[in-house]
Amino acid sequence: MKTIALKDGADFDGWRSAARTLLLADVPPEQLTWLVSGEASLLLDQDELPLPVTAKPAPRIPVEFLGLMDALICHSDPQRYGLAYRLLWRLTHGERNLLQLITDPDVLRARNAEKSVRRDSHKMKAFVRFREVLAADGEPLGASANNSVFIAWFEPAHYIVERIAPFFVRRFTGMRWSILTPYRSAHWDGSALSYGKGANKADAPSEDLFETYWRTYFANIFNPARLKVQAMKSEMPMKYWKNLPEAELIPQLIHDARPRMAAMIEAAPTKPNQKIPAPAKRLPKP
Amino acid sequence: MQTLAKLAILADAAKYDASCASSGAESRNSLKSGGIGSTEGMGICHAYTPDGRCISLLKILLTNFCTFDCVYCVNRRSSNVQRARFTPDEVVGLTMNFYKRNYIEGLFLSSGIIRSSDYTMEQLVEVARKLRVEQKFGGYIHLKTIPDASPELLAAAGRWADRLSINIELPTEEGLQRLAPEKNLRDIRGAMGNLRLNIENAKEERKTPAGKLKGAPRFSPAGQSTQMIVGADASTDRNILQTSSSLYSAYKMRRVYYSAFSPIPDSAKSLPLQAPPLVREHRLYQADWLLRFYGFTVEDIAPINADENLALDIDPKAAWALRNREIFPVDVQRAPREMLLKVPGLGVKTVDRLIALRRHKTLRYDDLVQLKAPMKKAAPFITLADHKPVRQPESAVLRRELVQARQGELFA
Repeated sequence: MKTIALKDGADFDGWRSAARTLLLADVPPEQLTWLVSGEASLLLDQDELPLPVTAKPAPRIPVEFLGLMDALICHSDPQRYGLAYRLLWRLTHGERNLLQLITDPDVLRARNAEKSVRRDSHKMKAFVRFREVLAADGEPLGASANNSVFIAWFEPAHYIVERIAPFFVRRFTGMRWSILTPYRSAHWDGSALSYGKGANKADAPSEDLFETYWRTYFANIFNPARLKVQAMKSEMPMKYWKNLPEAELIPQLIHDARPRMAAMIEAAPTKPNQKIPAPAKRLPKP
Repeated sequence: MQTLAKLAILADAAKYDASCASSGAESRNSLKSGGIGSTEGMGICHAYTPDGRCISLLKILLTNFCTFDCVYCVNRRSSNVQRARFTPDEVVGLTMNFYKRNYIEGLFLSSGIIRSSDYTMEQLVEVARKLRVEQKFGGYIHLKTIPDASPELLAAAGRWADRLSINIELPTEEGLQRLAPEKNLRDIRGAMGNLRLNIENAKEERKTPAGKLKGAPRFSPAGQSTQMIVGADASTDRNILQTSSSLYSAYKMRRVYYSAFSPIPDSAKSLPLQAPPLVREHRLYQADWLLRFYGFTVEDIAPINADENLALDIDPKAAWALRNREIFPVDVQRAPREMLLKVPGLGVKTVDRLIALRRHKTLRYDDLVQLKAPMKKAAPFITLADHKPVRQPESAVLRRELVQARQGELFA
């Protein structure tokens, strides 16, 4: 039994280089234990690891497989590295069409993991909420210049910070921002992206003056005559609510919806407003 | 009036427009401009309100003062709702501040008609221009277009916006005349045709070598969409789908939105008292999808000699399958794609995955279960290596079973 230890988070490069070595040395998946050390990427018993017998070329891998692995490795499942290597092994040992067998248990599990990572990534793009850091006098730091800072606290379900941070760079290029999560932080200073260690919720600001506007918008764009709570919850699962400033309004909006609708229906018609003049009659076009 | 108070009024006034889509835009980001904003094809829903609708865009009216008197509209001039008006700078400020905090993908700006169509349109265009030019804003912009605004204003709108839209409002001309007396179908359709021409010309222009080199002007790259109000007049679902179908083919609409008329504050006496059930709107969306992606025609879905409204208790594809039992069961291993698409419960994605899979193996019942196909619904209509519909019940019996299966899924 060999033990392979990888860095915490999504150590795609570590996995790939270990997998390449192991594959060339013909080590079958059953003989491996994959560990997430939280320390450095290293092969614990490197000495024991057989070196490639011959300098045979690395086997050809479909591009699609690398894309799948890129997502799978971000998954929080501690067995992801083992699954990834098993798929690689099968793919290179007589099952070239493996990825097309989408109902195969290993493939299905990897595809479901990929789906889950993609969904979490999409939700991160959607539900990160930046808060602007203010100077002591309540003004944004350099309100007119570009030096105020926006900070967000987010709790992803998977190790996706490095996967998604470039999206925020492309979108918020002209801002300085940080996204803090329990296992990793991403920082953009306006010209370079860097990563740091995880943080706590208390490290991020607890409010933003503009949230009053956002909550006002949220409450007023809601149509009480069309209550569909389940539809909302399936797209915005409650696990995200604690970091969404608008979510605290939801219970009250639901509670008031039916009475509000009933009041609209029962209200007697009012006298038509006469203050706004009708437009001038247009001549019919020739 | 404070901006915050205006926001409450003008968001409230905008919520009856169903569209909040931010998809279909060209790929764009701020890496070069150093500004704020990007669009990457697929839109993002940043929040959901308890009505189940997504918030993707800041959807507001510039003003809810309106000289038109459309009966179904909360902002009609005879309504007693509170009125407000934003300045263009207020809208720009709100958009940028919301966007920087990652609340939204961009702005969907509409307006009541004040003074004249051109004056109103000019104000909308000015907001979009300020965002693009002064703020270097690269996010999504959807502008509601006033049908009889001048061509110059339309060109400017198309240049700054990702999408333009004009609401068809009602399925029939008669309905429009009765409920929206200041609007007329000829203007609306004329403007839609105009948008289509401009959109296609700009696309062509940008493909030519000279256009590529100089960056020919954009025009509403994410196309146009429209909205129809359901249940405010007596139009049947067949009328509605015929109108949609003609809108899709004549103007290359990206989307037709259906908005079940819902109770509004201070509603007009001449509106029907009863709002249509929300499920009617849902069935129309399903039918719309069948028209666009599944190869069905209006005749298939809402045939002339049947009830001209879609059944509410069963989806339109299952209803069609029940009327056409002789075509089924379909052999999943061998049937062509267009046939598989007609099987109740099988969506485009599942069908394409099945087609890929069957090249490599013989499909079995369990494969479909693994792909999460709703088998209670699909099983009576398909055969597989290890499955044949055991019996062929009367359509009426099968229909009852399908309705129950659907309820089972809802509560599962």
